[in-house]
Amino acid sequence: ALAGNLGLGRPALPEEVAAWDKDVRPDGLGLPEGSGSVEDGEMVFAEVCASCHGDFAEGVDNWPKLAGGMGTLNHEDPLKTVGSYWPYLSTTWDYVNRSMPFGNAQSLSNDEVYAIVAYILYSNDLVEDDFVLSNETFLDVELPNTGGFIVDDRAETELALFSQEPCMVDCKETVEITMRAAVLDVTPETEPQAAA
Amino acid sequence: MTDKSDPTTTRRGFLKTGLAAGGAMAAGGAANAAGDPLITEVQPWAQELGDGVDATPYGMPIEFESDVVRRNVEWLTADTISSINFTPIHALDGTITPQGCAFERHHSGAIELRKEDYRLMINGLVDTPLIFTYEDLERFPRENHVYFCECAANTGMEWAGAQLNGAQFTHGMIHNMEYTGVSLRTLLEEAGVKPEGKWVYVEGADASSNGRSIPLEKALDDVLVAFKANGEALRKEHGYPVRLVVPGWEGNMWVKWLRRIEVGDQPWESREETSKYTDTLEDGTSRKWTWEMDAKSVVTSPSPQAPITHGKGPLVITGLAWSGRGAITRVDVSVDGGKSWKEARLAAPGQDKAISRFYLDHDWDGSEMLLQSRAIDSTGYVQPTKAQLRDVRGLNSIYHNNCIQTWWVKESGEAENVEVS
Repeated sequence: ALAGNLGLGRPALPEEVAAWDKDVRPDGLGLPEGSGSVEDGEMVFAEVCASCHGDFAEGVDNWPKLAGGMGTLNHEDPLKTVGSYWPYLSTTWDYVNRSMPFGNAQSLSNDEVYAIVAYILYSNDLVEDDFVLSNETFLDVELPNTGGFIVDDRAETELALFSQEPCMVDCKETVEITMRAAVLDVTPETEPQAAA
Repeated sequence: MTDKSDPTTTRRGFLKTGLAAGGAMAAGGAANAAGDPLITEVQPWAQELGDGVDATPYGMPIEFESDVVRRNVEWLTADTISSINFTPIHALDGTITPQGCAFERHHSGAIELRKEDYRLMINGLVDTPLIFTYEDLERFPRENHVYFCECAANTGMEWAGAQLNGAQFTHGMIHNMEYTGVSLRTLLEEAGVKPEGKWVYVEGADASSNGRSIPLEKALDDVLVAFKANGEALRKEHGYPVRLVVPGWEGNMWVKWLRRIEVGDQPWESREETSKYTDTLEDGTSRKWTWEMDAKSVVTSPSPQAPITHGKGPLVITGLAWSGRGAITRVDVSVDGGKSWKEARLAAPGQDKAISRFYLDHDWDGSEMLLQSRAIDSTGYVQPTKAQLRDVRGLNSIYHNNCIQTWWVKESGEAENVEVS
C-alpha cells in the first residue's frame, strides 16, 4: 500500500460507501439482491421510460433506441443498441439504476431495475416473455456483441504509419475540391468575425 | 465617431461592404484630403469621462465582442441538457481559453454544487476508505499545469464529409486552461492503495454520474483533482467546485463535480466506455479505451467565420495545435491544399499536452487558397489526412477525428469548409 501521512479527511462509514458505491461490473460485482420479470418490466417501462424510448424500446424522435439494429455494425449507418452493440448486461443495469429516467434518476427500486433490464432484453429478442432476471440468473445472459470490442490498437495500426517524415514540396500534382460544407448548409447562422 | 445605425459600420454590414469593395478597411484607415476625422476631430472618449472603478466588480467582455460566444448546434442532440456547445476558437488568440466562452458538454445538465455540500469519497481496494470536504482538499500540496481538454467527439461530425462551416463548429469542443489542484496520486496515497488495485473508477455528483475507468498507472502519473482554472474557481458548467483533469486523454474522462474515486482490480465497463466513447471500425468491431487524443491542428483565421476583409498583402495565418501524447514541436501550413508546405512559427515552445499557437506571416496575392495545417508532436507523429484515417478506420468511428482540415479561401476573402483530393 502507498503510505499517506497528512492525516486529512476522515474514514468513510459503511453506510456512506453503500449510498454512493452502486456501480456494477461485468463479473456481477456490485449487483444487489432482487429480481424482475419481462411482464413487470413492460409495465414499469410503459410508465417511466416509453415516453422517450418508445413502447418497444424502439425510440421516439431523436431519443435513443434501446432495441434493434442487429447485424448493422458494419453498415454505412449502424444502429447501436443494447442488443446490437453493448457488450455487457451489467452496464445496462448500472446505468439505468444510476442515471435513468432522464430527469428523475435514482428513483427506481432494485426490483424495478431488474424488471426494466429484463424487458429491454425481451425487446431485443434475447429472452422469452416469461423470463425473470435476478442477481442469481444475471451472469447467464451474454449479449450478442460481447466479443465485438478490441483494446485501442493505434500503437500497432497507426502510430508508425503516421510518424514518417512528411513531404514538404511537390507532394501531389493536382488538388480538387471533393466536398463542400456550404452545399449541406446545416451550420447555424452566425455573425462573421470581421476585423474590428 | 462611428454610428451603429449605419450599415457600413456594423460587423455584418462592414463585412459585406468590405468584401464588395475589396478592402474598405484599408481605405478607411487612409487619410482623405482633410485628414481622418477620428484623428483631426476631438473624440468624446478623449474629452469626457469613462466608467468608475466601482462600475464593474466582475467584468464581461466589451459589447463589441458579443459574437465571441459559445454556440450550440440544435440538430446534433435530442435535447440541450445532454448536449454540447462550442468554443469560439475562430475569434481567440494565444492559447488560454477564457472560461466564460470555453465549451460545455453535459450529460444531465450543469449542476449547482456548493463547496459546503461537496464531498469526495475514496473507496474500494484501499487501506482506509476516506471522505474529504472541499476544505480538506485545499490543505493538500498543490500543483499548477496547463492542459487542453478536447471532447472525444471534436470534429466527429466531419467523418463522412465537410459538414459544419466554421472552426468553432468543426474544432471547438476544446479548451485550454491553467489548472490548480492536488495530484490524484496524493489523494490515493492518503487512502493507501492495496497491491491488488489496478484501476480507478471516477464518477461525478450529477445524475449522469459519467463514470469512467482509468488504469492506476495513469491515475498515479499526472491526473489532477482540480479546483481552480485560469486563476479562479471552476465555472459551474466546468465542474464547480472540483473536477478531474486527465492530461492528454479524451474530455469525457475529465469527470466534473467529482464525488467518488474507487480503486478496483478490473475496469468497470461503464456506459461511457462501452455504448459511448468506443470507436467502430469498418468491419463492425470497435476499439475501446481509446484514451489519448492524437496530434491535431486547425487554422483558426482565416476560416469560414473569420474571412479576410483587408484585401491583398500581409496576412496573418494563425491556428492551434495540440497533442495528447506530448508537446507540439512543429506545425506546417499549406496554402495550396497540401501540394507544398511551409513551417509555421510557434508562438512559444510546445508544452506537454497543452495547446500551442502558430503563425505563418503570409503575403496574400488575392488568389484562391486551400489552407491546411499539419501538427507534429514530440513523439514524431505527424497529423494525418482524413483519407489516411479513413483507410484505417472507415467512416463510423464517431470519435477521435484528428484529420488535417482544409479551408477554401476564395478571391473574395470568404472561406469555406471543404474536402480536397
